[in-house]
Amino acid sequence: MLTRKPYVFAVAGALMLAAAACGSSDSSTSGSAAAPASITYWASNQGTSLESDKQILQPELDRFTKETGIKVNLEVVPWSDLLNRILAAATSGKGPDVVNIGNTWSASLQATGAFVPLDDTQLNALGGKARFLGPSLAATGAPGQPPVGAPLYSTAYALYYNKHMFKDAGIADPPKTWDELVADGKKLTKDGKWGLAVEGASVSENAHMIFTLGQQHGGDLFDSSGKSQFDSPANVAAVKQYLDFIATDKITNPSDAAYSNGTEALQDFIGGKAAMVMWQSASGTLKTGGMTPDDYGVAPIPLPDPSSGGKQVDSMVGGINISVFDSAANKDGALKFVKFMTSKQTQQDLNKAYGSLPTVTDAYDDPAFQTPEIKTYQQILANTAAPLPQVANESQFETLVGNAMNQLFADAASGKPITDESVKAKLTEANQQMAG
Amino acid sequence: MVVSATSRPGGGRGSGDPGRPPPPSGGRKGRIIPRLPVRLRRLGLPYLLILPALLLELLVHLIPMLIGIGMSFIKLTQLYIRNWSAAPSAGWSNYHLAVDFNAPVGRALLHSFLVTVAFTLITVALSWFFGMAGAVLMQGEFRGRGVLRALFLVPYALPVYAGVITWSFLLQRDSGLVNHVLVDQLHLFGDKPFWLIGQNSFASIVVVSLWRWWPFAFLVLMAGLQNIPRDLYEASAIDGAGWMRQLRSVTLPMLRPVNQVLVLVLFLWTFNDFNTPYVLFGKTAPQEADLISIHIYQSSFVTWNFGTGSAMSVLLLLFLLLVTAIYLLITSRRRSDA
Repeated sequence: MLTRKPYVFAVAGALMLAAAACGSSDSSTSGSAAAPASITYWASNQGTSLESDKQILQPELDRFTKETGIKVNLEVVPWSDLLNRILAAATSGKGPDVVNIGNTWSASLQATGAFVPLDDTQLNALGGKARFLGPSLAATGAPGQPPVGAPLYSTAYALYYNKHMFKDAGIADPPKTWDELVADGKKLTKDGKWGLAVEGASVSENAHMIFTLGQQHGGDLFDSSGKSQFDSPANVAAVKQYLDFIATDKITNPSDAAYSNGTEALQDFIGGKAAMVMWQSASGTLKTGGMTPDDYGVAPIPLPDPSSGGKQVDSMVGGINISVFDSAANKDGALKFVKFMTSKQTQQDLNKAYGSLPTVTDAYDDPAFQTPEIKTYQQILANTAAPLPQVANESQFETLVGNAMNQLFADAASGKPITDESVKAKLTEANQQMAG
Repeated sequence: MVVSATSRPGGGRGSGDPGRPPPPSGGRKGRIIPRLPVRLRRLGLPYLLILPALLLELLVHLIPMLIGIGMSFIKLTQLYIRNWSAAPSAGWSNYHLAVDFNAPVGRALLHSFLVTVAFTLITVALSWFFGMAGAVLMQGEFRGRGVLRALFLVPYALPVYAGVITWSFLLQRDSGLVNHVLVDQLHLFGDKPFWLIGQNSFASIVVVSLWRWWPFAFLVLMAGLQNIPRDLYEASAIDGAGWMRQLRSVTLPMLRPVNQVLVLVLFLWTFNDFNTPYVLFGKTAPQEADLISIHIYQSSFVTWNFGTGSAMSVLLLLFLLLVTAIYLLITSRRRSDA
């Protein structure tokens, strides 16, 4: 069950120079005058292993080579290394031609100027803005600036629940409000089993959840001038609500406070130790774990009462974008490749394989995207998902707030009282570091 | 060859005799080289021989260090990593931010520094103690000594990642072996404690670090013990010294030079150790075990603020240099007194 610690192999990346020296991959071409007939592509790890990613991507790449004559040198980069590798490539000016990025990095990486901004002509070559899902396109850079990539795969958070456990507890439908969720959780928590599993020590999961819950409480992480306000009353209430699953509702195993590697909560769900989990595109992993759509259901995460003044947001817009490096030796080939990757056929093939959602509307006519799970996600993405703040210091926000949450989770798990004051103190500290 | 042979008798005297060069054998080169004073040529030779090593040393160590110092004086954020020269000068503001202990960033750094000092002192003291105990107990001949010695060295020989990740499995709350033994078997705690988050994380990192470093102390001290002449023990035994007295009056004084280096090296390595906490805790360590190497990594890489991270690194470098200098000064003075 302890499958992998995703961050570990980046140990050597501690030194910027080391990273710059090792990470600067040899570019595929040597600056000869003739247009180079190959591009280098760093793909992110979307499948269950780097090897499975290669197997999924290779047939598509072969098709691209057949169509255009351009050879693609593929490297699948683990998430733990990807950002360091991109930064090193941006620093040294030597890197791949095309790269996948997590869409929450868009604005931060946009600020480096390392990626080719896509102007209207280039977007039209991809089929125009209207072809892409709105929320996914919004997560490609700061508002008002040309996007620095095209959406490639879309995801969102949804509530996965174990149908058998719900039935045994006499619950007919998945919870629609947070009160229902807590009440259901209490019914499900017994005999060493728990209502809800969370990744309490995962910086990014925590940051995403606080964004969503903060929106539901009517708060924003950044004010209109882009100044951080993590310790606003709405955000404090959001954090407290999330921690209370352990602290007062007791529907979450305190052990979850130490879950950090992005698999443990889901493994608890698969193992039947937890009846609910809030996750992004889990179907691939659940299938590997032996669960079928008969075993689990997917529902939107509860929304607040519309009269409460909170926003009707139940997920961040998750996803992967594909970007072209400004230093690319073969920019034309790279742009052709982006077009290929966002084409209908490729979108259908890859998103089917990964269990994610196509980012282009015309790809949804495939029956594979008509399942209840995908329909639920489509609804979420179309109506109630909001992109994380597209600000240049977004990654700072994730680190600081996520880290503050880790410490609060540790307190909650060890039985220390969680109060508005203790939450606010930690968030204020994070907020002040942001200013510095 | 001729020159050095003739000058040898008066060498180092500074008699001013330049040594008469043999008549030029034609060509520019032949004329210039002999004209250099012999002393200069002899002085230059060692430097010439060391030059390649020196250049490599500069390349590998000094230049990155200088670049790091340079980085600490600019506002190097993601906006400027493509073109460092465009980054605005920060003056001392990165340093000011790091040492302003009233502001959150400085306070967090100070907290991390104090945690690291406590962690280092405890780890080094215990590593030395265990290493010493192991080495002394292994000094006498007995069956199975070789096996035990090899066994003791295993943690040091294991790849860091493999060893520490195993520890992180052992220390898991629900499925870890540590809690299984302490709670399920021995019933020492009512509720399963956390080892990787919260207050116990400090104890965890000390234990794991100790596990990792004490074999090194053991190895070095064992080698040191081999060099103590046996007659000293025999002589002291004849004088009636017991085991304890021998340890105090023979073993420890004879090991002093070894210990001097060992403690310093252990201190520096432990203080700077990045791998152990990174593998054990991940990118963000719990506050109670927020060691400075991880803290600096987080302040620069994770938040993309390389200037501040560099300033913190430079401060750390200065601190370690200072500690090293004071340590060497004190220990070598004491030795010359003795």
